[in-house]
Amino acid sequence: MTLDEAPLLLMLVGLAAYAVLGGADFGAAFWQLAAHGERGVALREHAYRAMGPVWEANHVWLVFVLVVCWTAYPQAFASIFSTLTIPLFVAALGIILRGTAYAVHAGTAREIERRAVDAVFSISSILTPFALGTAVGAIASGRVPVGNARGDLVTSWLNPSSIAVGILAVATGAYVAAAYLAGDAARAGLDDEAAAFRTRALGAGVVTGAIAFTALAVVAADGDRVGERLLEWPALAAVMASAVAGLATLEFVRRSRFEAARYGASAAVAAVVIGWALAQQPELLPGLTVEQAAAGRSTLVATVVGVVLGAVVVVPSLAVLFRLVLRGRFDPKAAAGEHPAPQRRSRRGRVPLARFAAGAAALGLPLMLIFDRGPFLAIGVLALLTFVALASVALAAAAAANGRSDEDGPESPSG
Amino acid sequence: MMSLPLLAAAPFAPVDQDYLYEARQMQALSFAVHIPIVCFGIAFPAFVLFLEGLWLRSGDPIYRTVAKRWSKVMLALFAVGVVTGTILSFELGLLWPNFMATFGEVFGLGFTLEAFSFFTEAIFIAIYVYGWDRLSPRAHFLSGVPVVVAGFTGSLTVISVNAWMNNPSGFTLEGGRVSDVRPLAALFGNDFLWHEVIHMYVAAFIVAGFLTAAVYAFAWLRGRRGRYERVALVVPLTVAALAAPVQIVVGDWAARSVARDQPTKLAALEGLYETESGAPVHLGGWYDGDEVRYGLPLPRLLSLLAFHDPSARVEGLHEVPADERPPVNVVRFAFQTMVGIGFLLAGISAVYLFVWLRRRRLPRSRWFYRGVVAAGPLSVVALISGWVTTEVGRQPWVVHGQMRTEEAVTGASGIPIGYVSLVLVYAGLLAAVVWILRRLAQAPVEVESGPRGVAPLLAGAARREGEAER
Ligand code: HDD
Ligand code: HEM
Ligand code: HEM
Repeated sequence: MTLDEAPLLLMLVGLAAYAVLGGADFGAAFWQLAAHGERGVALREHAYRAMGPVWEANHVWLVFVLVVCWTAYPQAFASIFSTLTIPLFVAALGIILRGTAYAVHAGTAREIERRAVDAVFSISSILTPFALGTAVGAIASGRVPVGNARGDLVTSWLNPSSIAVGILAVATGAYVAAAYLAGDAARAGLDDEAAAFRTRALGAGVVTGAIAFTALAVVAADGDRVGERLLEWPALAAVMASAVAGLATLEFVRRSRFEAARYGASAAVAAVVIGWALAQQPELLPGLTVEQAAAGRSTLVATVVGVVLGAVVVVPSLAVLFRLVLRGRFDPKAAAGEHPAPQRRSRRGRVPLARFAAGAAALGLPLMLIFDRGPFLAIGVLALLTFVALASVALAAAAAANGRSDEDGPESPSG
Repeated sequence: MMSLPLLAAAPFAPVDQDYLYEARQMQALSFAVHIPIVCFGIAFPAFVLFLEGLWLRSGDPIYRTVAKRWSKVMLALFAVGVVTGTILSFELGLLWPNFMATFGEVFGLGFTLEAFSFFTEAIFIAIYVYGWDRLSPRAHFLSGVPVVVAGFTGSLTVISVNAWMNNPSGFTLEGGRVSDVRPLAALFGNDFLWHEVIHMYVAAFIVAGFLTAAVYAFAWLRGRRGRYERVALVVPLTVAALAAPVQIVVGDWAARSVARDQPTKLAALEGLYETESGAPVHLGGWYDGDEVRYGLPLPRLLSLLAFHDPSARVEGLHEVPADERPPVNVVRFAFQTMVGIGFLLAGISAVYLFVWLRRRRLPRSRWFYRGVVAAGPLSVVALISGWVTTEVGRQPWVVHGQMRTEEAVTGASGIPIGYVSLVLVYAGLLAAVVWILRRLAQAPVEVESGPRGVAPLLAGAARREGEAER
């Protein structure tokens, strides 16, 4: 692998993660749309609860792919976004609507409100992956030329390949989500929900498999060389691996071995992403190879180093989050568990915060007024910010504590 | 200085776009929605952690109650911040492909690093908010710390991009292609970065502080003056009241940096046409192409403010060709609005701090609380005005001195349709945010002492100390 390709590899990792994790998130909403009646309410609540803690982190994968793309392959990014304006704009609107629905879901009280929020949520959750899928189909079928909006604004994404990949994206999400939710419900001891999602996962698995084969055929027939190469070595190996993983996943679901199913489904999705990348090689867009598209050396090095350093922080953090969620630590019944009482520490002598704060202000103010740049200015800025922080702590703590029943007015029932 | 005229056949040559103005409006609208919301992503976690810290130290359950309720608000607003930010990322490609294609490799690193701040923030905000009652008190408190840190690093990295657009360096531009790119120097070796970050960071505390305080000041005026309201009023108000005067000093630093690196923007701030020594400031009035009319002149003030020297020479707008001047009245009006509000906020803060330091109580006048209610929305106006100053003052350049905005725009049609849909979706978003905040506020306040049987940190020590003070 060359330096030019390194960011691409990072993007593929991000794309696979988004397809699996973001896909599950979209798919959960798909099942909410399909759920009816009293049973439906339970399923819907379960889906919200299961996805609530993780959807934002899942979503950042998309942002990650975008920013690495525009840093490392700026011309490819600009070409894709300007030609595929319509589907990407639709995806953007869908993302706003979904996030809003997540934000307000917690406040819904009446059935009619819940229905309205659910409807917005589910529709946008289908629209968004579909739109993103059409964009992928457009790139894979060579319909995005290099340049500012040089491709056809409509047929670039309204064509057999795009539609096929769009539908596949929605179906995959639904499948991954059903498998995930079944596992989550089983862990939480919600047997009814687990059985319901298991049935859905089996059905969705069969349907998704069929859609995947159809999509492969459509892209192969419709696209240019990329489509054909999907059926040649080495992309074909990845496609077959995906099929095997998909079948294995179905079997795991059937046996209610949901954890294995989760990994199987992830592998199946990741293999498709890899297959696509292999079929595209060495071009990103028609006439634009990875090498030609790549930014200069210093940018690529900085990007790769930056991502590696970032990963050192983020990967363990993500692992903690997923462990907490998958072990059910955020389930309602886990509340108020048996936490060891924190040890009392003896209080160190009271820090004269207010005096420090005044000192910091006296140091920072003149420095900031005198210097325009350089280390003295930096000291001044830090001193002044320290003043705000220390003085806030000192004053706010005192002002909040004071006045239990003071002169400010009669104590009234709060609310 | 303009980029060389490109061959028409070049893939990212300038295009004809009838709706450049609408594209700019779309970008501006999306920022104007994102920025006030992320102020809460930056400052609110600090408020909540502070309250939780007070609870751990004192054991008084009221602090925990406020912190827990606010953390729900924080999560809802974070979700909205996430989606509005995502739109911004999309829009950079959808609206300004030539800008991205040409300069993405110079500034993109800023956003790549920002993505990791987002990851961190999203992960730990979830752990924090869902972790109430499920993690040990100390682990819970600590899980909030990365959220606060990521709020700062996120602003730092994204603003490094904006600072670079205003004061670009770290690359060579030839024939529409960059070479010799030094991304770290471009983003972080830039003098412009530091005043922008600090000014914005302080602004976030002002906006989140006064807006939150405004809610409880309103309740105060309506006679709801319990412990809960008092704590919820006093904490954000104190922070904002301390930040507001400091913001004037930071703004002064910003103005000096602008004077040094973007003299044309500075001239636009005042509407100064001719280069002058000892240039004045005019309050109010109207710039009509060569001077400010009907304004109240304050002699030599501009020289004093911009260079800290009452007779310094200030470059006027006529130093650059007419088509390289920003729309002066917009910039000037926005700037004066920000500064005016800045002094107003500092005035309200002074009243609060004075009464507290002298009398150890809150102000009693109803006018003070009315002022705080007004300060909330006003601080948002100042925030947006500040950004309009920076961004419109940068016009006609998208990358100052290197690429003009009309060279950056997309060739795709249909911008007006996109604009209208975006406005509608944002209107729905705002309605939804208002609705959820009201819902969360209506939930009855239940003071609970926290996880069963847990003695908060230092509870005993704090009690002993309270006795000693008495
Ligand atoms: C609560 C918000 C707020 C308040 C009270 C003020 N500002 Fe501000 N100002 C901003 C919020 C802001 C900002 C966060 O919106 C900007 C936009 C870009 C930036 O770095 O900060 C800004 C930009 C900005 C700029 C342009 C910087 C640039 O183009 O790089 C100047 C010269 C000032 N401010 C000066 C001031 C002064 C002299 C103030 C004194 C009262 C002041 N600001 C109060
Ligand atoms: C003054 C400038 C900006 C500041 C201070 C800022 C700050 C933030 C913060 C604190 C968040 C976290 C969400 C929240 O707290 O609600 C956020 C989210 C986001 N912002 Fe901004 N932002 C700025 C401008 C931009 C710009 C110019 C872009 C892109 C072009 C952008 C893209 C994003 C994205 C993609 C997210 C979502 C991240 C996620 O998925 O978690 N922001 N921003
Ligand atoms: C911090 C990161 C930011 C980045 C990278 C950024 C980038 C951009 C870009 C690419 C444009 C379009 C090109 C142009 O018109 O010059 C633009 C325009 C604009 N932005 Fe920003 N911006 C940032 C922050 C903000 C914020 C926080 C606001 C707040 C409201 C804002 C307000 C505007 C306005 C008003 C315009 C339109 C200017 C005009 O057309 O006259 N920007 N910005």
